[in-house]
Amino acid sequence: MRLALSRPSDADERKSLYLKLFEATVVYAILFFFALLVGIPFLYMITGSFKTNGQLFSWPINLLAPEPTLNNYERLLSGEEIPYLRQMINSVVIAVSQSALTLLFASMVGWGFAKYEFRGKTFLTIFLLFTFAIPFQVTLVPLFQMIVRLGLLDNYLGVILPSSVSAFGAFFMRQAMVSIPSELLDAGRIDGASEWGLFWRIGIPLSRGALSILCVLVFLTAWNDYLWPLIVLRTPEKFTYPVGLATLKGLYKIEYGMILGGAFIATLPIVLIFVAGRNQILDNLTIGAVKQ
Amino acid sequence: MFGRGRKIAPYLFISPFFLGYAIFFLYPVIQSLQLSFYRQVGLTNPPRFIGFDNYVRLVTKDALFIKALTNTTYYALGSILIIVPLALLLALILHSPKLRFREFFRFLYFTPNITAGVVVGIIFGLVFEEQYGLINNLLLAPLGLENVRWLREARWIMPAVILLGAWKWTGINAIYFMVGLQNIPPELKEAARVDGATRWQVFWHVTLPLLRPILAFVLTIAIIGSYNLFAEPAILVGMEGGPNNAGMTMTMYLYARGFRELKMGYASAIGYSLAVIILVLSVVQLFLIRAFRED
Repeated sequence: MRLALSRPSDADERKSLYLKLFEATVVYAILFFFALLVGIPFLYMITGSFKTNGQLFSWPINLLAPEPTLNNYERLLSGEEIPYLRQMINSVVIAVSQSALTLLFASMVGWGFAKYEFRGKTFLTIFLLFTFAIPFQVTLVPLFQMIVRLGLLDNYLGVILPSSVSAFGAFFMRQAMVSIPSELLDAGRIDGASEWGLFWRIGIPLSRGALSILCVLVFLTAWNDYLWPLIVLRTPEKFTYPVGLATLKGLYKIEYGMILGGAFIATLPIVLIFVAGRNQILDNLTIGAVKQ
Repeated sequence: MFGRGRKIAPYLFISPFFLGYAIFFLYPVIQSLQLSFYRQVGLTNPPRFIGFDNYVRLVTKDALFIKALTNTTYYALGSILIIVPLALLLALILHSPKLRFREFFRFLYFTPNITAGVVVGIIFGLVFEEQYGLINNLLLAPLGLENVRWLREARWIMPAVILLGAWKWTGINAIYFMVGLQNIPPELKEAARVDGATRWQVFWHVTLPLLRPILAFVLTIAIIGSYNLFAEPAILVGMEGGPNNAGMTMTMYLYARGFRELKMGYASAIGYSLAVIILVLSVVQLFLIRAFRED
């Protein structure tokens, strides 16, 4: 009915076609422009890692590497300046342990809050919500003193333990586990399952999706963290890769190609993880925003 | 039998987390408050009670603290003013139904955000290089503008850090806005169009007001992120913030006093000042967003 009333003339149709074409051009031009803004610094990092310092700092600048050399990588990975390979492995060990511990604590506390009624539950929830808002900088000094007293200075545990209790993780897992049907648990109880068995055989498998997202987020945070490892770790053999790269930048003679190489190989695994799980991660990343 | 197990079970499930939370978060939070009223330099020296002296000194005598506060606020305002409109624009474009390569663009815009702060700082060392940097050579030179001494001149350092922040954070905020747009029922916009509203009017009177919760979220994250800023400027211009400490942020200042000079009491006071500032800003921001609701 409406269609019949407002049927456009040929001229109108042509005009709207031009308008649409124009709009599409503008839209893709904007998207492309921003893609360049985001992409070119990355490109420059990658090609720069295949250049000598002389090629990197010469004019006019070249976004590509016409005469690529592997020299930077050879020298970086041979440990000539810093034990970089070792530092990358340290980062893996720390990020993996921190993810595992955080997931364990978060899923347990999330399960307790999601599937049980107990005294003090409301109080603890509100308490957690309020303390959640306290920025971590407040804790840095006493935490450092504690780490020193426990003899965990320059020790992986000193980096891992304080970061493994995540209030965000607790809320995240509660949210994911609350939708698991309680009838399933009652059926399990009738069959004689223990409470731990219910958590382990029903709770964990049914929240695999949430666990994998939390795992990626925690791993990413641990992998990229600079401040806390910088405070705790003291010897180059114990450093994580960001701390190592930073010392490389502080050297008397700055080897920028080498630094770029280190930056590139440390970024690669993260990007690959995100390429593999991009849609799930990007969609769920925003859970916090939507649930506001 | 399971009646009893069921009563104890929840406490067993929550206790590992809360034990860790008490040791590694609550205790330091309280300890830090106490320490902020003491003077303690080094790890072994005994602390001496000095009341509010640390706080008084921060506000009245410590020019570097005021500088770090100003720098951080400058960064917060500058980056928000760039990021929010750009992210909104990108979200509106990425949200349009017939767009091709949407996933590609969405992912690409997001990648700076998953890159380590140290790596971003390293990359932008080249972006802002005076003679051979990307911005001076690829953006300013074609426009006939002179090279800017980004990292060597005090007044250009914060603008450089703001641009870095915009590069890192615009994409993810666009994704947040996209989620907000997806949650707006299409009927609302259609109804407005049927009533004769132009696209601009629909955006201004329907879409934007409905994005307010997301805007509040984005602003809160931006404020917190500004006061957390550490790795990027530390790598870009050094731990002291470069010429005239122009790139010194609040967290960098806390690190300098607490972990380079080991002024434990003083650094605790800085930490608490930071907490109060973030709290106040977040509340102010929520009230502002709410005030705009009365239209």
